[in-house]
Amino acid sequence: MSTMTDVPARRVPPLGGFNLTLLRIELFRMLRNRRTIIFTLILPAALLLTVGNQKGWQDTAGSGNVAAYILISMALYGAALTAAATGSMVALERAVGWSRQLRLTPLHPVAYIIVKALVALSMGALAILAVNVVGILQGKAEMPLHVWIEAAVVTLFCTLTFAALGVFVGYLVPSENAMQILGPGLALLSFLGGVFIPIDTYAEVVRYVAYWTPMYGVAEVARAPLTHDLPWFAIVNAVGWFAIFVAGAAWRMSKDTARV
Amino acid sequence: MSTPAVRLSGVTKDFGPVQAVRGIDLELAQGEVVAFLGPNGAGKTTTIDMVLGLSQPTGGTAEVLGMAPRRAVAHGLVSAVMQTGGLIKDLTVRETVEYTASLFAETMPVDEALANAGIASIADRKVGKCSGGEQQRLRFAMALLPDPALLLLDEPTTGMDVEGRRTFWSAIRKDADKGRTVLFATHYLEEADQYADRIVLISRGRIVADGTGAEIRALATGRTVRATWPGADHEALAALPGVDQVDVRGEQVLVHAKDSDEVARFLLTQTAARDLEITSKNLEDAFLSLTGADA
Repeated sequence: MSTMTDVPARRVPPLGGFNLTLLRIELFRMLRNRRTIIFTLILPAALLLTVGNQKGWQDTAGSGNVAAYILISMALYGAALTAAATGSMVALERAVGWSRQLRLTPLHPVAYIIVKALVALSMGALAILAVNVVGILQGKAEMPLHVWIEAAVVTLFCTLTFAALGVFVGYLVPSENAMQILGPGLALLSFLGGVFIPIDTYAEVVRYVAYWTPMYGVAEVARAPLTHDLPWFAIVNAVGWFAIFVAGAAWRMSKDTARV
Repeated sequence: MSTPAVRLSGVTKDFGPVQAVRGIDLELAQGEVVAFLGPNGAGKTTTIDMVLGLSQPTGGTAEVLGMAPRRAVAHGLVSAVMQTGGLIKDLTVRETVEYTASLFAETMPVDEALANAGIASIADRKVGKCSGGEQQRLRFAMALLPDPALLLLDEPTTGMDVEGRRTFWSAIRKDADKGRTVLFATHYLEEADQYADRIVLISRGRIVADGTGAEIRALATGRTVRATWPGADHEALAALPGVDQVDVRGEQVLVHAKDSDEVARFLLTQTAARDLEITSKNLEDAFLSLTGADA
């Protein structure tokens, strides 16, 4: 009888329940999802192959060429999309009661968020890698090796903004269709933010709007290792939108805990 | 006396202006199998949520094995099987169990859990492709991983056939004999009566009856004799054989007795009582009268 309730003999898991099995299962789960693979790995790479082919790709841009500029932009787009897809799954898990199920285990909510953030980062890294590999095979992009690496790492951290956006939108549209809003939405924001087309080709009015949109800041930050040009308002934009999306996600999540 | 598996003292829970639970005192001993019986909306699930630490009581305290519910959950001492949801469709059965197992400090091997629940053969199937019964077995496999001292079940046998129900309960009983406490919510009277050591009847956020199945049934057996008798002799009625309750409301007398004939004979032959009425109650009626409207 006493074996069942021998409390001191029962340990609490370390790290709030965080472990590598969780991470592995979550990653395999993402990689099995055909839609995720198409939209996050294949689409950005395909875009790079088409957009990267445009006239003037060999012109100089910062310490590299225009093709390198496009490559970094596409990697950012792919990583942002992947991270948003991962983020939106948090809300889906809540909707089906999985989060409630997890509350019946020792898993700490912070450990859960960390697992999700790491999955978003891993998937983002994969998307960046895919675009970079395609870019290398394409053989047009040119920039010093340290710029390749710096840009990739900075891009990776910029994707956390979109993981938070994914969580936020996932809560606002509580269904498996969050990606149907995030997909076109991110594409639109990417156009506006100068990810697909350089922002200085826009009319002045459009440009002033673009400065305020969430893709503009991170795009400038991600390309800074190449362009050596980073306006102060781009940094404010990147940090500001990160804060807004994290706050939004946290707000919706806390609203939701009454039910969970 | 060992620590109670569950102790609720003066627990209340409000949702805005709605009082879902209006003051529950309850103590469950270790190894008891207790049915939490009541109609929908009686406060069963709200109370279970508080035992699991999923929500905080508005007033009063909830303790599990002498500690705060969240602590008991962290130690793997409490598990629950919820009625619906709680599963991810695109994970396989094995992944789901593995995922859950990885969260506990001490747990039964995944293969053993799958085999015990009878789902080893569908381990590689996606959860979304499993039938309702298979998903329910999966939920059990997950709940039993940490070998919990307290198991909470919300309408556990919904959707099971008779045979499935019997197998399920014999497994539950076997674990209870080893000291596991089981609290299950149900609105099936027969199920509560057949499988629980003790039935706690809840209605409108309050406990209205608490006892063994036999005791609860006793509330339902017998008949009620109703008569008009000005100046009724309470004592004389209570002294009749088989009478367990006498109620005098103005000129109305209500006598609940196992032997209603005895009461009727007495009233008609030895008193001025008139307008005699005899009604019987079955188990369902007892349930309804205990949980039902007028209070």
